[in-house]
Amino acid sequence: MTDLKPGDSIPELKVTPDKYLPHRYAGASGDFNPIHIDPEFARQVGLPGNILHGLWMMAQVARGSAQLAAGDPRALKRLSVQFRGMGFPEQELVVSGTIKEADGDRVVVDTVAAQGENQVIRNAEAEVQLP
Amino acid sequence: MAVRTEAIGKQWDPATYEVGAEKIREFADAVGAANPVHRDHEAARSAGFRDLVAPPMFCVVYSARAMAPAILDPEIGINLAAMLHGSQEFDWDEPVCDGDVISTTATCSEIYEKDGKGFYVFETVSTNQDGAETVRGTWTNIVRGV
Repeated sequence: MTDLKPGDSIPELKVTPDKYLPHRYAGASGDFNPIHIDPEFARQVGLPGNILHGLWMMAQVARGSAQLAAGDPRALKRLSVQFRGMGFPEQELVVSGTIKEADGDRVVVDTVAAQGENQVIRNAEAEVQLP
Repeated sequence: MAVRTEAIGKQWDPATYEVGAEKIREFADAVGAANPVHRDHEAARSAGFRDLVAPPMFCVVYSARAMAPAILDPEIGINLAAMLHGSQEFDWDEPVCDGDVISTTATCSEIYEKDGKGFYVFETVSTNQDGAETVRGTWTNIVRGV
């Protein structure tokens, strides 16, 4: 049984992707879309610069939620996110969440990922099995 | 121009992915997954995994191979230059470990138009070499100005 109850906050996860993180994630994931790794190309298509991969930001939401189970990869049962903004390298990304439901050792967490006021992922819902 | 909906229900051939230890480590580094079960065989086995285990979001690596032909299919007709990744859901089951062979099948489940945008929804189902389901994905791509 968990002591967590609806309305409780989960620990924040803070991460600042360095300038070359999108290149490493491109290699790791296989997504070499130039909007993520080529600032010049990104500006040509009307973006302020190269933007973070949405699925990398989703992985940070996954990591923030799995903190509740000490990062156990079995703990995260389900994660749904909506991509609502562009994220940028060299800016701190903060993942924060609130318990929405708690049932036995399973919790549902409402999560947001933001860079300053810019909410890049909203309405994220994670289902986590607690240890 | 309106979206074409004839391809709803279309399913593509399964895509196979062979999972390797170094790819798991590379992905864990890129996303910052710090648990030693993603790096060390022994740590993973003593935590109860069959072998070195991938972080949950590693599913994008092996599912992407099934999604690429779906998104690029002319029968679906996505204008890639105007496409955004709108939302994403994953439901995980059996963990994915070093040496697993994952097979992923993509299906187009919905195509519709709303507020001048086209919504293209795909479902992927991934299973390992023993037939155990590892993840189920729902991928929603939005195309502006259809």
